[in-house]
Amino acid sequence: MSDISERIIVNRGLAQMLKGGVIMDVTTADQARIAEDSGAVAVMALERVPADIRAQGGVARMSDPAVIRAIQEAVTIPVMAKVRIGHLVEAQVLQALKIDYIDESEVLTPADESNHIDKHAFEVPFVCGCRDLGEAARRIGEGASMIRTKGEAGTGNVVEAVRHMRTLMGQIRMLLSMREDEVPGFAREIAAPFEVLADIRKSGALPVVNFAAGGVATPADAALMMQLGADGVFVGSGIFKSGDPARRAKAIVEAVAHCDDPAWIARVSEGLGEAMSGLDVRTMPEGERLAGRGR
Amino acid sequence: MVIGILALQGNVREHMTNLNRHDVQGRPVRLPADLAGIEGLILPGGESTAMRNLVSSSGLEKPVGDLIRQGLPVWGTCAGVVLLARGGIWSSVDITVERNAYGSQVFSRLVHGSSALSETPTPMVFIRSPRITSAGREVEVLAEVGGDVVAVRQGNILLTTFHPELVDHSPFTACFIEMVSSARSDETPVPGHCPKETGRAV
Repeated sequence: MSDISERIIVNRGLAQMLKGGVIMDVTTADQARIAEDSGAVAVMALERVPADIRAQGGVARMSDPAVIRAIQEAVTIPVMAKVRIGHLVEAQVLQALKIDYIDESEVLTPADESNHIDKHAFEVPFVCGCRDLGEAARRIGEGASMIRTKGEAGTGNVVEAVRHMRTLMGQIRMLLSMREDEVPGFAREIAAPFEVLADIRKSGALPVVNFAAGGVATPADAALMMQLGADGVFVGSGIFKSGDPARRAKAIVEAVAHCDDPAWIARVSEGLGEAMSGLDVRTMPEGERLAGRGR
Repeated sequence: MVIGILALQGNVREHMTNLNRHDVQGRPVRLPADLAGIEGLILPGGESTAMRNLVSSSGLEKPVGDLIRQGLPVWGTCAGVVLLARGGIWSSVDITVERNAYGSQVFSRLVHGSSALSETPTPMVFIRSPRITSAGREVEVLAEVGGDVVAVRQGNILLTTFHPELVDHSPFTACFIEMVSSARSDETPVPGHCPKETGRAV
């Protein structure tokens, strides 16, 4: 086994350990501790949650290393952080900080409108967003060890995450059922690396873990994404923009673990207080949508 | 043979696939009713703090503890080690552990290490693993890497701080299935019971 494939096993492996879990956006050490105590499997260290990035506008960049360090020191669960799409130096900085996972994220303002980071060049694993199988396969080809739906971050509206998950899973089912001689044409049509599609056909599943992200706000939202095929859930603004973060965090963790048990979800959903107020994605101007960034 | 896999969080599917590779049926365990009839139990890799909360809210703490005391063979991998060590939910094995002792993900590694179970090196995938910091006299050490104990057995419990389920063939998987078979046929498991493999390519 070469060094590269050993790194892939270890980096895809960490994402496998996060399955069935909830990854929560946090902006302070205190929030990170609340997330860990509530049963988060990892935290995403940020200066601002997506809802605030949206509200405040301007260029959104990698977080201040001091914010990231404080969160790393506060918890023992893995700490992730975001870099701008294509910003390989922000990624080098996060690697130097020994972050556990890098999210090359459309939530930040892209640094490169044509290229993503060559993720094979890093020891630290990457998670990337996707809206369909083409995007997922391109990111896996570039070396992503985990993928997530893009959804529409900071809206508290799950509709885009549902669209992206259904599209991705539907295209995988199509790929698995097509004739061998139809695969090259399909690969061209969705602009996917042929080898990644061949790999999916061979094993019958994506080679990396696939989480849902972008708009998950309630325990039922989280369970919905699990039933649609997600391996786990990212909750961004949904927890610390709600009325009672600790209770909501615990409830979402339970809903993911017991996603097929409606009575359980009913019980944990009782009296959670106010969910974050949501945005209607349909009335949102194209320029304010984040999911179109980084094809 | 049906082996349960604690399925509240973590790499359940990889353990399921690993059991199936050995022609053994796995069953996800989320609630106490799922424990009925299982002949062994696997605690998968994942985040031990998350698992600890979920075990407690799912009402599994006591029934699993009872089964362990009655001699059910149990295998803890990575986070599972933390749950079974002293200070963990079940405190069933006389070891102490330090969680995530080797640092962040950049220090996670695949190592080919020697073990008491095989004459050839065994692939061991360590992912933000815990470190076993002390082990009592009842504890049989099965493998050490770089001076650290990474696999132990005490009675009906097997612990590996690495992930045998992530490689195609590991003597540790075979060892656990052997422990389940002998418990089934009412043989008393004896130290070193798992047959040592000879010259098998890994």
